[in-house]
Amino acid sequence: MLTNNSSNKELLEVAEAKIKNVSRRNFLGYIGGASALLFTAAACKKDNMPANNTGVDLGSGDVGILNYAYALEQIEAAFYTKIFESPYSGISASESALLGDIRDHEVAHREFFKAALAAGAIPALELDFSTINFGSRDSVLGTAKAFEDLGVSAYNGAGKLIASADYLLLAGKIVSVEARHAAYIRDLIMPGSFADGLDVNALDMSRSPSEVFAIAGTYVKTKLNISNLPTS
Amino acid sequence: MKIENIINQIESIDPEIYQRLDGRRNAMKSFAKFSGKIALASLPIAFGSMLNKAYGSPTGTDDAITDVLNFALTLEYIESEFYKAGYAAATGGTLAIPAGAPLGAIKTIRDHEIAHVSFLKAAITSLGAVPVSFTAASFDFTAKGAFANVFTDYALFLAVAQTFEDTGVRAYKGQAGNLISNNDILTAALNIHSVEARHASHIRQMRRANGGLVPAGVTVKPWITLNQSGIGTTAVQASYNGEEATTQAGVNIVNIGGFTISANAASECFDEPLTKDQVVAIVTPFFA
Repeated sequence: MLTNNSSNKELLEVAEAKIKNVSRRNFLGYIGGASALLFTAAACKKDNMPANNTGVDLGSGDVGILNYAYALEQIEAAFYTKIFESPYSGISASESALLGDIRDHEVAHREFFKAALAAGAIPALELDFSTINFGSRDSVLGTAKAFEDLGVSAYNGAGKLIASADYLLLAGKIVSVEARHAAYIRDLIMPGSFADGLDVNALDMSRSPSEVFAIAGTYVKTKLNISNLPTS
Repeated sequence: MKIENIINQIESIDPEIYQRLDGRRNAMKSFAKFSGKIALASLPIAFGSMLNKAYGSPTGTDDAITDVLNFALTLEYIESEFYKAGYAAATGGTLAIPAGAPLGAIKTIRDHEIAHVSFLKAAITSLGAVPVSFTAASFDFTAKGAFANVFTDYALFLAVAQTFEDTGVRAYKGQAGNLISNNDILTAALNIHSVEARHASHIRQMRRANGGLVPAGVTVKPWITLNQSGIGTTAVQASYNGEEATTQAGVNIVNIGGFTISANAASECFDEPLTKDQVVAIVTPFFA
């Protein structure tokens, strides 16, 4: 059984062992599954999350992925809402207007997932923003950039985990807005840096749920169980 | 390398694998050639494609996927040739893109679109299909005269750039469902889709900074408000129609959950897809 924290090497070894155990006769039927396993092996990065089977269960299947998105939108919405409780000194009219738009977008995303999940929704998460200095433009924008880029990579990585084409489209409708936010925040910090951090093919990044929570976990006090989320 | 071990394992079970792949030497050569051209992160696609070629069904899903990729490649050609021509006009002195950040951004975006062309060509080839091919001469960026001054009028150049980027975002979004059977291709397409959105956001900021938006008083933001383009011609309207949606999956987003969410914000926070036919109709005037 593959676990979330299996390393690349382990996954490749499992793949090799599985191929070894297959007879020629079964091989042609088997290769689809084996190559899927290899894709998983190659796609997984080393991941520092310990096995986590307690806490609030995000669930499995598409509901699990929707709860995953709901959790991320809760973090973003709460962060932008807090900015406006006491805006950093020197905030310009343009920054205030557009960061206010982003707050509204993230609140709308959060409330949309809550409504769509209905009884299947995880509860409101307890968050901890004590590492952020909300009086400092650098601290606020630096955190905003991290959240937006993380959100883009999370939705990009979640696409392949979604079974329903309808939910895949919904995720697509949201991720491009997160990317618009990310580019704007990046340009506020450093003009022209809207798409820094792409790979050599000019592709954006994608991250698995465990990679995402390894980063976002800093801001979440509620213990989350992501072990039932789909892995492919 | 572990992948080579796995190929050797496959060979021990299925000695005919290399016949399926046009011989060991050619298979390894084409795999090496392809993988040399692309980032390490794309290797699973290359390897998976090699296996697909050997064992996959020759028709059906794969054809549908390469169709989508060739459609995407066509759009990337349009964008890359557009920015190449715009950048050349600027450095040649006929298009007044301000030196510094604005010209730098156009160069950055141009290079991304060129990289997307290369990536998609390689991906399509690796799936055993033939990538479409275009050159500068394939396109007419005046759109038969609708944008006659596109390479001499900076504001118009940005307006057309914005339309291409926003259309590209909508086009990729509309195709995601057709890639659902191939995780690696789907992920790659999503990773391009969000880059097009980053471009759109930046071009919109450039237009906001440059001013001259139409109708007077309209604001262009990094995101799309209702079905507004801020562009003074109905020629681009098909790229924005539908973006005014404020209901998602049957849920009304305006004032959702008792929070103050305006119709503008509700439309901005979800981008909308376009079908392939809609996109083809939009880009057709740009072909020579």
